[in-house]
Amino acid sequence: MNTITDQNHIMLRVGKKQIESQNFATLFFNHALPFKPGQFIMVWIPGMDEKPYTISYHSKENFAITIEAKGLFSTKAISLETGDLIGIRGPFGNGFNIKPDDKVAVVAGGCGMAPLATLMEQLSKSTTFIHGARSKEYILYPERFDIERLFCTDDGSFGYKGFVTDLLEKEITSGKHFDSVYTCGPEIMMYTVFCICEKYDIPCQVSLERYMRCGFGVCGACVCGKQVVCKDGPVFESSTLRAMKDFNAKALLKSGKDVDLSQYFSWRCK
Amino acid sequence: MTLKFLGIKLKNPMVLASGVLGNSKDILERVHENGCGLVTMKSIGPEPRDGHNNPTVIDLGCGLINAVGLPSPGYLNMENEWKDLKNRDFPIIASIYGGSVKEYKMVAEFVSLKKPDFIEINISCPNSEKHGMIFGVNPQSSHDVVAAVKKVINVPLIVKLTPQALNIGDIAKACEDAGADAICAINTLGPGMVIDIEARMPVLSFKKGGLSGPMIKPVAIRCVFDIYKAVDIPIIGLGGITTGEDAIEMIMAGASLVGIGSAVRYRGIDVFQTVSDEMEAWFLDHHCSLDDIKGAAHEGNQS
Repeated sequence: MNTITDQNHIMLRVGKKQIESQNFATLFFNHALPFKPGQFIMVWIPGMDEKPYTISYHSKENFAITIEAKGLFSTKAISLETGDLIGIRGPFGNGFNIKPDDKVAVVAGGCGMAPLATLMEQLSKSTTFIHGARSKEYILYPERFDIERLFCTDDGSFGYKGFVTDLLEKEITSGKHFDSVYTCGPEIMMYTVFCICEKYDIPCQVSLERYMRCGFGVCGACVCGKQVVCKDGPVFESSTLRAMKDFNAKALLKSGKDVDLSQYFSWRCK
Repeated sequence: MTLKFLGIKLKNPMVLASGVLGNSKDILERVHENGCGLVTMKSIGPEPRDGHNNPTVIDLGCGLINAVGLPSPGYLNMENEWKDLKNRDFPIIASIYGGSVKEYKMVAEFVSLKKPDFIEINISCPNSEKHGMIFGVNPQSSHDVVAAVKKVINVPLIVKLTPQALNIGDIAKACEDAGADAICAINTLGPGMVIDIEARMPVLSFKKGGLSGPMIKPVAIRCVFDIYKAVDIPIIGLGGITTGEDAIEMIMAGASLVGIGSAVRYRGIDVFQTVSDEMEAWFLDHHCSLDDIKGAAHEGNQS
């Protein structure tokens, strides 16, 4: 069996396809992939495009990616079926810096749950796990994990009505102690998590997203401040985030033009 | 290893190649802090341009193949970046490209007003349908574009050449005659192609792409050797330089400065400092300096 590497793709056939909800599907591949939570792979649909995806399920023999139908590529990716061929290269990036003895809070927002899923499987049952989305249909893996979860939605259709960041601050002010916080979700949410962590002096790790090309830190498409997201990240710790002036502020379009995040995300979702 | 290049003081002879990590002042500054004497901005074009869809850059182990496709915000849409760069404390090369002499002039004239330390014209990129390559393979058209650009700028002009030229020395000479202040060689080699046999199609979305990294180094060395014979202006030599010994070899071929691009992939962003240190160690060991060995491979050479 060919090994998946960070050089040229190897082609794999989609194994099982699992529908997560009306907005998400997971594609499984019966192939080994050396991998650490928080890393990503580049997924090539021949004749279409190639995009970075996180690994959402992982075992010795297989792995999976979870796709939210948003733009052209993801709509195509979510329509793939068992037996369809795609190219994979990776893994890329640093992954989360997991400290097994820490008292941890994990904060997931929307599809930001996917990169955190394999991390959850490595954390203790006492982990504080906060998971939110805009509404019930956007809650990914509601039945997965052995860890108790605090749910919330923007519209109150599932769990607490409000933001994950409200719940995080409540947990902290109610006297819970955390040694570290891991988060992935919309950048504005992660920025708020970071600010709360700064306020209470808790180290945090956030997983950033930027438009990527090479995946290995050469082309420069994904730079954020002085950091190269695909190579130095995508997970960044508080010490780096403090100096990262583009965090929650700016990102580059495909042309390399720097724009406000709102403009960037409206382009990314096309 | 501080030195002067066309009147500008550099902390060492290392140059960041265009198209690599050149997207913002912040990242250029980080490359400078990691031991790079002279950094090159990503090529600036006449119009906003997204470049190609992915896959655009693939590592083949022996080097990279890429067809990023000259993405650029367009020269009129970079005011934030110029504002940031105004307060820099390191020298930069602004790389530009165009599809016609008129476009090169238009972009160059505008960019010159932003006061980069150097302007580099890319007359050699193989990754777009029309941009540049036609100039770089013909001495007359190379001369025309260099002469035209030279007239409208007031910073030194570097011309980036393609290894695809039949006789790269002739091209370099034509550029020198037209007023070029320095030559930068080589751009990526090729174009080449990689086909995935399971997908039964080229891997790059643009199908063809330029080769870089260790696999092209012998071609780069030969090109710089030929250019050194043909011209008196200084040369920035690049193409597959990954170690201090590679850099020494490039200088012996005739380069004054040495560029690095793909080696960022293989040795990290601090490759500039690493290679610079390796060169210094070599000089120390061999009791000589950069100036002593520049063009050394030509000595006693008849051809």
